[in-house]
Order: sequence, then C-alpha cells, then structure tokens
Amino acid sequence: MALDKYGIAKRIAQEVKDGYYVNLGIGIPTLVANYIPSNIQVMLQSENGLLGMGAFPSKDNVDPDMINAGKQTVTTIDGAALFNSADSFAMIRSGKIDLTILGAMEVSEQGDIANWKIPGKMVKGMGGAMDLVASARNIIVAMQHNSKDGQSKLLKACSLPLTGLHCVKKVFSDLGVFDILPEGGFKLLERAPGVSVEEIIQATEGKLIVEGIIPEMIIN
Amino acid sequence: MINKTVQHVDEAIRDIHDGATIMFGGFGLCGIPENCIAAIQKRGTKNLTCISNNAGVDGFGLGLLLATRQIKKMISSYVGENHEFEKQLLSGELDVELIPQGTLAERIRAGGAGIPAFYTPAGYGTEVADGKEVRVFDGKPHLLEHWLRADFSIVKAWKGDTAGNLIFKGTARNFNPMMATAGHVTIAEVEELVPAGELDPNEIHTPGIFVARIFKGDHYEKRIENLTTL
Repeated sequence: MALDKYGIAKRIAQEVKDGYYVNLGIGIPTLVANYIPSNIQVMLQSENGLLGMGAFPSKDNVDPDMINAGKQTVTTIDGAALFNSADSFAMIRSGKIDLTILGAMEVSEQGDIANWKIPGKMVKGMGGAMDLVASARNIIVAMQHNSKDGQSKLLKACSLPLTGLHCVKKVFSDLGVFDILPEGGFKLLERAPGVSVEEIIQATEGKLIVEGIIPEMIIN
Repeated sequence: MINKTVQHVDEAIRDIHDGATIMFGGFGLCGIPENCIAAIQKRGTKNLTCISNNAGVDGFGLGLLLATRQIKKMISSYVGENHEFEKQLLSGELDVELIPQGTLAERIRAGGAGIPAFYTPAGYGTEVADGKEVRVFDGKPHLLEHWLRADFSIVKAWKGDTAGNLIFKGTARNFNPMMATAGHVTIAEVEELVPAGELDPNEIHTPGIFVARIFKGDHYEKRIENLTTL
C-alpha cells in the first residue's frame, strides 16, 4: 500500500544524521521533525531567523514573538540562536545547511523542482524556496507520486514554473525512494511496503531506472 | 544629547505622502509595526508601494491597508493566506513583485549598506531570472540583483532608547534590522522606550544612527497567525 504523509515523513527521518543542521519546508517536511530519533542531535533551522527550533509550546507557554517559517508558534532547544533574515539566508547560501527537505508539485528527471506557482490559479510566492534550492548541498523532496487526478508528478520536464534547476538529489514519494542521477533519471532505490515495481513504473512519467531487486523500505 | 523620540504615532508618520515607498518589518504577523499600520490606515495615505516579506492577513497587518485599497504595489516573497490580496491581484488592481526571500533580505541589506548590486544564485533558471544579467562564479551561474531602498522604513522592536537604539526579541527580529538601515527616514515603534544609557550597548541590534524617529506603541495585539501547542 502506498504510504500516507506520516509514512513518508517517517522514512525521510532516517536520512537525518547526528549533528546535522536541517531546514524543513512546509507540509510533509514539517512532520519529519516528529520522527527524528531521540538518540541523535539535530539543529532545525527556520528561515525566519531561528536555529535550534524546538517543539510546539504548551498552552500557557505560547509566545507570539516565537514562530517558525510556517508561522506556527514554536519553542527553542538548548543551544538555539536567533538572528535576522539576512543572516538566515547567509547560512543557507553559504552551504552550511546539511539537509534541506522540501515539498514539491513536480520534479523532473533532471532534478528540476516546481513548487511555488500555478499560473492563473495559485500565486502565493516562493518564500525562501528558491534560495534554498539554489544553494543547499543536499536537497530531498517529499511528495505525492501522483496528482489527485492521477497524473504523475515525477516528470521528464516540469510543466509548472520552476523553483530551481538540477538541484533535487532524492525524492521520497508515497510509492518509493528515488535517487536523481547526475546524468538524469529517477533511480528506484526502495519500494513502499506492498507497492510493486510495476505500479511504480506505471505511475512514473519521467525516465525510471530499475536495476536488480528493489527492496521494500523499512519503516519503524 | 540626540533625542529621536516622538510622542505619538501620528507625529512619527506625519510626512508619509501619497505614492511613498515604505518598508514594513515583520514575518507573517510577527514583529510588524502594528501602531504605524493602523495610523496610516486612519490617515488614508494612498498609492503606496510596500516592501514587506508578507502582506498580512485579511483584517490585520498590511491586510488592513489592502482592504482600504491604499496599496498600489507589494514587493514580497510570500503572500499566501490573504484572500483580499489574491482578489486584487487577480483583478489587476494590485501590482505585485515576488522576490525570493533571501534575495529580498539581501537587497534590503545592500540598500542599507551602500552596496548597489550583488550576485546571487537564487532564481537562476526560473522566471525570476527574466531580464537579469547572469554571471558564472566558481562554475555556477548567478543573477545580478540590485539594492532596495525606501522613502520610509517602519520597524518594530522590543526595546528602544531615546537615542534610537533598538533591541529585537525572538523571531520578531526577521527583516526589521535590515529595513531599519535601508529607509531614507526610519521610524521605529517599540514596546518599551527607555532613556539613553539604560540599554547595554553590547546588546543593541540596530544602532540609533539608522533610526530617525522612535516612539512607544500604545498597544500590541500580537495576533498569532497559526497557533500550535502541544
């Protein structure tokens, strides 16, 4: 069965390593924070000016001056730091963030990503996504494999306005895990539990590379 | 001694004219100059170009000035969660320039630092790059981006002193310090205003030289956009 958004978040949490500085985008990526193993130490960066983001506050501990980039009220962990937006993007542009996890509407087999605009329908703005994808060293995408009307979102080329070129390294969808190869193409690494290679082939419009036996992913 | 204090918000915004370009500090509704926004709405100043990371929400923040159609153009990075904004944008009433958040922050920083332009990789290969000079550094293409400056910058700080020095709190800092440097006239509203000498100079985020006028805001609602608790 395909994963739900919590399943995708659980699988992505395994990519987060001890000592990492991590930026989580809005949506499924935000959920990843809930599944980071407690035996590793990670600093979450929120691009509105916080490094060392903690859990949501308790009801009587809410501070309107402490929010994350999704405008949710948050707390800080020990060792946290607060700074302005220019310093925040200095850390991002200079490549200090070890892992960036973003949502996407479309990803191409070249690693292009579209996640900020649907012409004529939705114009919310790119926020910090363009800065992140242009500079982060390790960008992975959390997304549904298909749109609600069944169209593949892993494409040969993105049809929506791009957020960035050749930047996505790995895709985690509800069906599987995919490396994006430097020469182009989605290399299937893992299947979601109970999902067949055949189903993934059917659901992927972009170039899919399947080599050998594809293991089922392990989700705790 | 230099004293930047004004007694009332109306005095602070007295010369903001129709057609002015104004920077507003804040990220979402966090760290926005609530008192100045309300006073500008009351004053009815029109045809404003507003530079702000977001455009408020319906009925609060810059959403107030959108509702009264006082804003001609918004320069922002993210404008979701605002139906009035979307309506005016789709009907063509409102002009909008969307800029990647880091580029927006750096263009404002550059404006305040006397740096007319710089190169950044953000937006290369996207519609943000349209019409911009591309130059390759270290094997990677970058876009030429220009500074942003404004007739007025309106910022909100936690504490300030009569010399105009500012200290911000939490994530309410965001765009406020850069904007404070990039306004021809910078107006600061603060929660707590103290005599010069009471703030520790080691802890000042924005030196008073950047601030033209400072006043204590009457009231802060500090509305929360997305209340999340355990």
